[in-house]
Amino acid sequence: MSLLFIVRRSLRQHALSTLIAALSIALGTGLVMAVIGIKAQSVAAFTGGQIGFDAVLGARGSPLQLVLNTVFHLETSPGNIPWAMYQAMRDDPRVELAVPYALGDNYHGFRIVGTTRTLFTEFEYRDGVRFQTQGGGRFFNPARQEAVLGSYTADKLGLKVGDNFNPYHGLVFDESMRHDEQYTVVGVLKPTNSPSDRVIWIPIEGIYRMEGHVLRGSGEDYVAEPGREIPDEHKEVSAVMLKFRNPQIGFLMDATINKQGKAATLAWPIGAVMARLFDKIGWMNQILALVSYIVVVVAAGSILASVYNSINERRREFAILRSLGARRKTVFSVIVLEAASISAMGVVIGFIVYGVIFTAASAIVRAQTGIVLDLLSFHPAFIIAPVCVIILGAVAGVLPAVKAYRTDVAANL
Amino acid sequence: MPLLTVANLEKAYCSPEGTQTRVVDVPHFELEAGSQTALKGSSGTGKTTFLNLIAGILHADSGQIVIDGEEMTGLSESGRDSLRASHIGYIFQTFNLLHGYTALENVVLGMMFGKGVDVEFAQHLLERVGLGDRMGYPPSQLSVGQQQRVAVARAIANRPRLVLADEPTGNLDYHRANEAIALVRAICHENNAALLTVSHDVGILEQFEETADFAHVNRA
Repeated sequence: MSLLFIVRRSLRQHALSTLIAALSIALGTGLVMAVIGIKAQSVAAFTGGQIGFDAVLGARGSPLQLVLNTVFHLETSPGNIPWAMYQAMRDDPRVELAVPYALGDNYHGFRIVGTTRTLFTEFEYRDGVRFQTQGGGRFFNPARQEAVLGSYTADKLGLKVGDNFNPYHGLVFDESMRHDEQYTVVGVLKPTNSPSDRVIWIPIEGIYRMEGHVLRGSGEDYVAEPGREIPDEHKEVSAVMLKFRNPQIGFLMDATINKQGKAATLAWPIGAVMARLFDKIGWMNQILALVSYIVVVVAAGSILASVYNSINERRREFAILRSLGARRKTVFSVIVLEAASISAMGVVIGFIVYGVIFTAASAIVRAQTGIVLDLLSFHPAFIIAPVCVIILGAVAGVLPAVKAYRTDVAANL
Repeated sequence: MPLLTVANLEKAYCSPEGTQTRVVDVPHFELEAGSQTALKGSSGTGKTTFLNLIAGILHADSGQIVIDGEEMTGLSESGRDSLRASHIGYIFQTFNLLHGYTALENVVLGMMFGKGVDVEFAQHLLERVGLGDRMGYPPSQLSVGQQQRVAVARAIANRPRLVLADEPTGNLDYHRANEAIALVRAICHENNAALLTVSHDVGILEQFEETADFAHVNRA
């Protein structure tokens, strides 16, 4: 039997107040870990380079809007650029890969992106890893009205290989904007845990030929006619996704396109563009962190109140322990240990709270961006925060411990 | 050399009026190792204060208390705590058992701050006082007599050289009081502990070979 035994007994005797104090600590600890963990993983996912492309070429405007629109499939398109720009990039020996994107349609809110088969045959969304279909599917034939679905999209829409659907005009779902063209699902991609999971890919020609779409690549309106090839000068793209042969190319192109030219915008490097977004909204994270720290401090206060209030009714217990030979510092230690134990219990439950908050937040992030956050991904805060909270709990026990320390033995026996 | 020697011991309290009231003034008192002595005295004569001074719970204003060669009055508070934990067992009138603990745990608490925990010995003591089948019971589920026996077992748990008993049978009826004091005496004898009892109960005092009137011991 040790001091821990006395602590355990005491906590059991005051089970309700112990539980309430531990739960408040759990809430605070879970919040702190969730805020830090979600932020760290979000920043890593959005800026960390697991995107596969180095840069995005698009219409003159905000690089951030361009990246959000094409990489993360959020935001609206800043406009289109002529097909010739895509061709120039494709044929530039400094460019390893150029993939055109044409946007403008959706299916029940999931974006339809027109592109080429290059995306499936040459693009590596992660080093050495290309898109793969699952369950016997295949990539689309560019000459047909076929679609390949991201795994999240297929799951949420309940679409599978062989199913047909009609796209809707615009990036926001509007039931009245249904196109007459019917597309057939020919493949569902294996999960990539990236924004690509929540996209519907169709041949870029399909976007051009969609009813009501007007091409302005040449500066004049052009509507594609069935059975007739579309002249290249009329074609346009929303963006060109680029992968350079080496990082220096990015510097050169940035100077050429962004600083000297006025025709287009090169969002490069993609990670830095996104990092600027996180810098801009950093204050929000600071507020969230502040709120979670306040919850922890309030929770520590609840430990203090809980233990402090129990001291009066426990004076006799301390006096008895002292009469049995316990020193003042033993009684002091029991109380501090008790407060630290409540904190430790809270920390353990806090990991559950963290799990719940993280899972909920992760589901929202995935639904909005397709990015999957990893619940079990380690962050130093998962050690530092619990240790700090336990120490804080012990500190909260000091005041009650001093009160117990001063217990007059003879007067309380 | 006596186990306990008290010399010129004085203790005064400050009254609500602000005057000092002397409660204990013992010029000399001795107790031999293994002996059993009862001090007779009515309520309010300073008996409990005297025992608390010997136990080191209270600090004397002046004088000496020497227990087993160690001068209690010269020790710091933590030193007195250590000496109490290792040398003294205390039976209180109200037993002072901890209600969140079982009978066995109460006895084990008695050895926790002294020479170390010996659960087997604690179990043996409870069996010895007739509570072998009540070890897991909390005090609230024990009769007053049973609680008193747990208190006796706890007082001897740290294998003390000296057991102090303050009105140890004050809460028991006459028949049970006689049984209880016989048990306290026997168990102290078996464990080679000296016993110093204070009581106002004449029936109890009659059981002791050595008795003294506390009024003669204490001049206050």
